[in-house]
Amino acid sequence: MKGILGTKIGMTQVWRGDRLIPVTVVLAGPCPVVQRKTNDSDGYSAVQLGWVDKRDKVASKPQLGHAKKAGVSAQRHLVEFRDYSPEDDAVTVDIFEAGQNVDVTGTSKGRGTTGVMKRWNFSGMGASHGVKKKHRHPGSIGQRKSPGRVYKGKKMAGHYGGERVTTVGLELLEIRTDDNLLLIKGSIPGPNGGLVIVKDSKRKVS
Amino acid sequence: MKYNKGAILRSIEQPFLKDDIPEFDTGDTVRVNYKVVEGNRTRIQAFEGVVIARQNGKSARSSFTVRKISFGEGVERVFPLHSPLIESINIVRRGRSRRAKLYHLRDLRGKAARLKTDLSRQEADRAKARAERGK
Repeated sequence: MKGILGTKIGMTQVWRGDRLIPVTVVLAGPCPVVQRKTNDSDGYSAVQLGWVDKRDKVASKPQLGHAKKAGVSAQRHLVEFRDYSPEDDAVTVDIFEAGQNVDVTGTSKGRGTTGVMKRWNFSGMGASHGVKKKHRHPGSIGQRKSPGRVYKGKKMAGHYGGERVTTVGLELLEIRTDDNLLLIKGSIPGPNGGLVIVKDSKRKVS
Repeated sequence: MKYNKGAILRSIEQPFLKDDIPEFDTGDTVRVNYKVVEGNRTRIQAFEGVVIARQNGKSARSSFTVRKISFGEGVERVFPLHSPLIESINIVRRGRSRRAKLYHLRDLRGKAARLKTDLSRQEADRAKARAERGK
């Protein structure tokens, strides 16, 4: 599936006729092809794309060797795209068409340790009616003697954010080839300046 | 790789910015001529009232809130400043206001909800208009 690597720039709004549309701007590509994996040699077919050049001084020797094989400089990010074989040595935003749907993967903003209300959208408890010091608590977390334990995977407080998140079926509003920019309708995961992976949407358009 | 996030965003907003927006501030009474689409014909509807807030300064996302009393009921409308639906903005009166947001007007009725006219700014407007005509 074809895709590209990019950096989230930020959100703004654009006018389309009379309508104000929220967009996220992504700076994407050109991403050099660093490695091509084939069924014969690797057991599956894929392409490895790089994003953001790294200075030779900060790259490790294995990284330099790997990049040298492809004739490019070492890359800060390397991501594989299965069953995709671009013709050129670099992937640009041209692979997409304006108006198509895309999936965007990124690392969500880290929120640290959070309670159940923020992390799982629990309702918490009443502000009054005799509730005492338990206003943002989850309430009961299980039954009685049977099963006599808390089920695995029970939604509780803990570390939230900073995980891989994919937003599916976003409209690609506009492509600016000259500036390597993608204008995606709506919001995408992660902070501004974060790495994002933009792919053809796997969601079928009905 | 070097890039300037603010510059990229501004380059995207740039084409939508209008340059014919008159200078106005909270406290001023304005008439907003707003395009209304009815079926396949467009007409201009005016909304006249006091500007009680301006939001997000100079950015392309900036908006302003106009409040008027319609049949005894307070009505507020928020307009995006750079909306293509705004045909024009006329300044009816310059009001004198000491604060940026006039939300306290919501709690006031009748005489108490009036603002003093800012004569110096209104006179400046007139002088400007005279100079325009004289040219």
